[in-house]
Formats: sequence, structure tokens, C-alpha cells
Amino acid sequence: MAEKILMTALSPTMEEGTIVAWKKKEGDNVDAGDVLCEVETDKATMDYEATQEGALLKILKPEGSSSRVGETIGIIGEEGEDIAGLLKEAEKESESGGRGEEEKQSAGEAPSAPPAPETAQGTDRSAAAPEAAKTAGDAPQPGAVRGGGAARGASGIVKASPLARKLADMKGIDLQAVTGTGPDGRVVKRDVEEFSPAAAASAGAAPVAQAMQDETIPVSSRRAVIARRLAESKFSAPHYYLKSSVDMRQVISARELLNKSLPKKASFNAFLMKFAAEAIKRHPVVNSSWQGESIRQFGSIDIGLAVDAGAGLITPVVKNCGNRGVVDIDRELGELIEKARNNALKPEEYTGATFTISNLGSFGVEEFTAIINPPGSAILAVGQTKKTPVVDGDELEIVPVMKMTLSCDHRVIDGAAGARFLSELRDMMENPARVLF
Amino acid sequence: MAQNYDYDLVVIGSGPGGYVAAIRASQLGLKAAIIEKDKPGGVCLNIGCIPSKALIHQAEVYSHIDELSSLGVTVDTKGFDYSKVFKKSRVAAEKLSKGVQFLLKKNGVEFISGHGTIVSQHEVSIDDEKKVSGKFLLVATGSRPKEIPGFEFDEKQVISSTGALMLEKLPSKMIILGAGYIGMEFAHIMNSFGVDVTVVEMLDQILPLSDAEAVDVLYKQFKKRGIKMLTGTKASGLTKNQKGVKLTVESPDGKKEELTGDILMVAVGRSPNTEDVGLDKVGVKTERGFVTVGDYYQTSVPGIYAIGDVTPSPLLAHVASKEGEIAVEHMAGKNPEKKLSPDLIPAAIYTEPQLASIGPTEEELKKQGQSYKKATFPYRGAGKSVAVGQPEGMVKILYREDTHEILAAHVAGANATELIHELLLAKRTELLPEDIAETVHAHPTLSEAVMEAARAAEGWAIHV
Repeated sequence: MAEKILMTALSPTMEEGTIVAWKKKEGDNVDAGDVLCEVETDKATMDYEATQEGALLKILKPEGSSSRVGETIGIIGEEGEDIAGLLKEAEKESESGGRGEEEKQSAGEAPSAPPAPETAQGTDRSAAAPEAAKTAGDAPQPGAVRGGGAARGASGIVKASPLARKLADMKGIDLQAVTGTGPDGRVVKRDVEEFSPAAAASAGAAPVAQAMQDETIPVSSRRAVIARRLAESKFSAPHYYLKSSVDMRQVISARELLNKSLPKKASFNAFLMKFAAEAIKRHPVVNSSWQGESIRQFGSIDIGLAVDAGAGLITPVVKNCGNRGVVDIDRELGELIEKARNNALKPEEYTGATFTISNLGSFGVEEFTAIINPPGSAILAVGQTKKTPVVDGDELEIVPVMKMTLSCDHRVIDGAAGARFLSELRDMMENPARVLF
Repeated sequence: MAQNYDYDLVVIGSGPGGYVAAIRASQLGLKAAIIEKDKPGGVCLNIGCIPSKALIHQAEVYSHIDELSSLGVTVDTKGFDYSKVFKKSRVAAEKLSKGVQFLLKKNGVEFISGHGTIVSQHEVSIDDEKKVSGKFLLVATGSRPKEIPGFEFDEKQVISSTGALMLEKLPSKMIILGAGYIGMEFAHIMNSFGVDVTVVEMLDQILPLSDAEAVDVLYKQFKKRGIKMLTGTKASGLTKNQKGVKLTVESPDGKKEELTGDILMVAVGRSPNTEDVGLDKVGVKTERGFVTVGDYYQTSVPGIYAIGDVTPSPLLAHVASKEGEIAVEHMAGKNPEKKLSPDLIPAAIYTEPQLASIGPTEEELKKQGQSYKKATFPYRGAGKSVAVGQPEGMVKILYREDTHEILAAHVAGANATELIHELLLAKRTELLPEDIAETVHAHPTLSEAVMEAARAAEGWAIHV
């Protein structure tokens, strides 16, 4: 019996995937577990493994095309089978932007069920798995809520009133780009009416040579997720910033001392993560998440490190930093960064950071502020360590100083709490023996 | 500013605007007091919405006796006694007025009996005897029936809505001047109890503020029931004697006529109670008697707010309540939504049939030059209306041609005042007719007519 092959959620946040390459051709035999195709998700390129057996009868989504989760990308069955009916269904479904019954089944029954899709805002790690599974089984995905034609489904999971959707369609405005001011951030009519796409940057009046043409750069799904996540964080979490300068002499010598005894030097970032974890242990409020009606204080200290992976930002997460040594942290961090550069991070390896560090020191950045990476409520932005004249009593000393800026979500962390954490972190770095306290 | 006030909020007037505001204030942690010169609950509970609905209900029970005769049941109406009807309406009013008193007490709002007059930005005097102070003052003094020269109320022969509610005996012949919703509701009540009713309206439509097509549904039924309605007709003189009243009216063609009746009810609108509140003393700005207010119902004097019938918004209890909530939330530093949009305020007329509306009338849309389309569906097409013997009615949706945005809706017919809310919710949340059209409605219900009207807007009504 021929069956549809559906795009499944290959990562918890995946709503759409782009087929980078088909590894099987039409007519090829497929065993369960064979790689059917490579799919670029919001964060990484992943292998799509077959869960069904048979011959690949039809490829419906060519390389380079993107499909929503639940859309049919191909048909598998016995050679020579009549698939006209399935083709018609698939066609109908792509017309209606559809995620129908089939999707629910695939999420619920597929033996090697990939992580079920997260709900729109679902970033809470602990709740993600069971809840998402429930969502997939019980209710259509947000994008499928409206049965009203392709025009509607096309806007994805943006919360918008039907009228706003229609108006956006008529005006050719992408709802993703519109900020909602209705209840719970819903995009309403006036948001669409008042929306004006940012004026294309003028190239200026260069007299020498003619300016280059504006270029429209298609947004990769990873870029789209970064954009949406960060905008969501920045616009919903009231950020405030605390700055502190750290005398780095002790950290530097401690690191040198430790590294002498190690076959492989532990990175500075691993030290940062360890210190942060120790400071968090003493101020666990920093390791929390705003849940709307409550605050979740996480039991594990899972620290993400923002990494530039070429095609966009990714934040590999080292779990349980609170109970691990710096060597252990560094080893895992090294592995994760390697994977990140190869686009091979698994979703659980880059989501759910309870605290995040972003280090732009290597670019010569002295100090900066970062946007909080949900579900965490704080992010530490670290600048370069720079020799700086420091007044010590009446003496002028030259000291390596690092500036760090903590961004906090005020809903969770009040100013004084953030300040206590930051000063603890500074004190520890200035006197690593404090870790023993 | 370490100033001490007796209360955070002092509300003047305990109608549906004032008492809701005071309770909301208390919920938000403000210490509130409310001053009332009459009974708790204001006009709405005591001499307005509530007792009138009690009368309307009984009128409908009484007038439907006929239906029983078609079943072979004869009801002896000899014992009918209107004073009992009246008493029942008072019981309802008193029950609810006590209920308000209870709610205020439960929420820790101090109830102060007396006439409140603002004497300074933070002070209200009560009966000129004592003073209370509040960080915020809220004027919620409501309105009263409008009096016109030559037709002054004596509440015996020339009565206002208050006098009409307080009638303990039915007149045999009644003239009602003004065919707005108050006039028509009383025409409905009195006609149901067998009173000979004539309504005189200066404009050329009864319920002149409502959608003409919807009003036509009501007009035909009223006419069938024997309510006489003289539209485009001016009242030019009144004489009273022991036997009754004589009203001189002038029809559109200039012909004069004399109408006689036992009593004349004058229902030509309501006037805001803004005179005896001390507004001018503290410099609260008014315009044609109504208090000028900002987005959160702040007056021109900081700390003083005004809501309900004293402001220029529609004179409706539910408007006053919502305004009270917004004003108080603003005082408490919350971030409430701004002023109510008039297009999202439902209007309900409790005649039989009923009329309920949201948004402008079709005539107003035309006047505004708004391009619109119209979808209507007759009640008759919804089986339930036939089954319950009330097939006269229609649901009308006015929507934008391009987006199908719902601009307005008018429902005339049985239960219209309940049916309107589906359309109102749709409009407020920006649902489109297709959303209602695709929603399965229980069968048989009158709500199916709403669904079918929405389908008509999408071009696929089934039962028409």
C-alpha cells in the first residue's frame, strides 16, 4: 500500500524545512533507516531517515524547495502501484496549506518519532517533550488552525486576526514582519494598516561611482528563527543591563597553572562557564525562566555559548555545568563547537540554555550588550581582556581588565539580584579561591 | 507627595458606572467610598433598565395568553391587577439594589448616603454637612429624563420614564411623545396590557437612531398589534384637565390634530446630571452639559475622572460600567485599553420583536461615503423561528466589499438582544463573515440565522 512521506519536525522548533538534497531517486528501494534526503531546518542540516519501506515512487518536493511540517514530500510504496489518489490528496493539501490527519498520525505513530514540533512559544525544555507530543496528537498545529485556503496557511504560526491576515494577503505584506499590538501580541488590522516596510537603505550620494542596486537576500530558515526568537525576547522581556570590569590577573594565572598540567589546554570560555555556574549556584534566581504566570527555577545549570557558525548564530549548550569541572566542560564545549561548525548539532544540543554567554572579545570588542536567549533570563556579554591603567590606592598599575555586561529579564531578576550575581562572578574571577567558599 | 486623603477614590453616584468602578478600585487595592443621594444602583436598577425589563417580561407573559387559546385553554383575565405587575417590578429593583449594597460592602467600599458636591480638586462635601477627601474623584452622576418647555413633568398626567415605571394603575389611553427606545419599550408594555397607545415622533422614523430596514421589521409588527405611530409629527401644544391630556400635533403636511389621552409620557431623551455636582467650582470642563474627557476618562482637572451618562458616550449602563473600569484601572497605574470604540458597543431595544445593533446604520455608512456590502437573512429561514411562532425578523450584516470586515450588524426579531453578541465578538476580534459561516451552529436555533447571514455574505446561504 503506497503511503505519503511527510515532512516531520526534525527539531523541536522546526516549522518548515528546506530539502537540500535527495539521497534517493524515484524508483530506488528504501529500507527503514535509510537517509531519504537532507533537510535544512531552522538550526541545522539534518538527515531525514525513512521510517517506511518500499520503493520511492514519487518525489513531490524538489531539492531547494521548502515544506511545512506535515506536508507531503514524496510517496513510497510498491513498484508499479497506482498513486493517482495520493497525488491528488497531496496536491489538495498543498493548496490548503494543509496539515491534516496524516500529520497527526505521523507524529503519533512513527516508530522513530522525531522530536515532536514545539508549540509556538514553547521554549521550556522540561515541558517541551510531553506537551508537544500532546499537541501533535490532539490538535492541529497552529498553522493549520484556519482551514481557509493557502493564503491563510502561508503566514505560518504568526498570531493574527483573520481580518489582519486577509489584509496582509491583499497588500502582499508578510505577517512575520508585522509587530502585533492586539491581545497577547496578536497582529490586528491596525498593525497591518500601519505597517511600512523599512525604507530601503539609500546608497548615499557617492559622486565617484554609481551606487550598487539594492539586493533582496532570501532568508534561510535558520536566519528566520534567529530573527523571530531574538525579536520575541527583546520585545517581550524587559531587558536591563549591568556592567562590571574584572581584574583578570588571577584568572589568567590560575588558567596558566591549570593548563600546565593538562595535555590539552582548557579554553578561556570553559573557565568563564565554570565561574558563571559557580556564581549561579549561589544566586539561583539567575537560572530561571519567566513562564507567564509563574517563574521556573531550573534545577540544572545549562550554559549556552553563542557561536558564530558562518550561516548564523548558534548556541551549543553544555548541560549541568554546576556539577562539572572545567576540563569536562571544555571537552564537551569543544565537541559541540565542532559539530556546530559542521551543522551537525542535534536540537537538544542547542536549545534550552538556562544561562548564556556571548564572547566577542576575540573581535576586539571592548564591551557590548546582548539579547537574552530564552528560556533563560540572563545573558553575559564578554568583551576583550585589555591592559588598562588602574588606580590602586595612589599608585597607577597596568592591569588586564575584562568588561562584562549582564542583560537581565526584569520580570524574573530584579536589579539588586542581578547585581549580586554579577559582583559574585567578578569577585570569583578576581579571587578564584572564592569558589571554595 | 505625602498628602493624606480619607480615601484613594471617592465616587459620586452608585449607578452601574459608579458601583462597578468602586468595586474594581477595591479589587485593585484602592480604598474607595461611594456617595449616593438616592438608592444604591442608580437609575438602571431602580428606575430604568431593571424594573422596565420586569414590566416587559410580565407584559409578554400576559400578551401571550392568546397562544393558549389556540390550544383550547381559556384564561380568565378578570382578576388581572396591574398593581401586582408594578409590585413585582419593584421587588426586582429592590432585590438588585440590595445586591449592589451587598457587593459594595463585601468589597470594602464605604457607602455614604447624601448629596455629594465637589468642593475642591480632592474634596467632596456631603449635604454641605461634612467633607470627605480622595486622591481621585470619579463623577458618575448619570442622567435624568429630558424635560422640554411646555411639557414639564408633573408625574401624574405628564410623566417621564420614572413616572411610567411608577404607575400603579393602567391608563386606558396613553400618548407617548418620542419614539426612541424608551418610548417604544413603554408603547410595547402598555399595548401588551391592552392600553390604547399613540406614539408621536418628530423625525420620520420610529427608533430614529436605528437602522431603517431593521426598524421596518419592528414597525410592521407594532402596527399589526395596534400601536399607533405618528412619525414626522410635531407636538405643538398641551392642555391638561381633570379628564386627561390633550396634545396638539402637526402632521408632515401641516395639518393640525388633537390627540386625547389619560396621560402623556414624554420620552425625548435624557439630560446629564452635571449641574449640582460642583464641576464649575473646580473648573471641570463641560460641553453642552456633558463632561469633556480624555482617553481614560480624565476630566480637565487632574485627579478628577468622569464616566457614564455625564460624558458624551452613548447613555447605556454597560458603557458606564466599562468606562468605570477603564478610569479606575488608569488611576491605579494599570494600562487599560483606551476609550471604548462606539462601534463595539451593542445597543439593545427590548420591544417585541427586539432590535439589537452594533456599528453604524446603513444610512450612516452611506452618509460617510463608506463602500459596503450587505447580507441579510430572514428569521423565517431558520426553522426554530417558525417552530416557536416568531418568524418575523432578520439578521443584517454590513461589511466591507474588499476585506469583508464586519462594519455593522443589525438584528431585528425574537432574542435579537442575545443574538447580537456573536457578531459583536466577531467584529471585536476581527473575525470575518466566513468564520461565522463555517462555524457549525446547533439546530434548531435562532443563531442559525446569524450563521446564514454570514454565509449570505460569502455567497452561499442555504435556506433562502
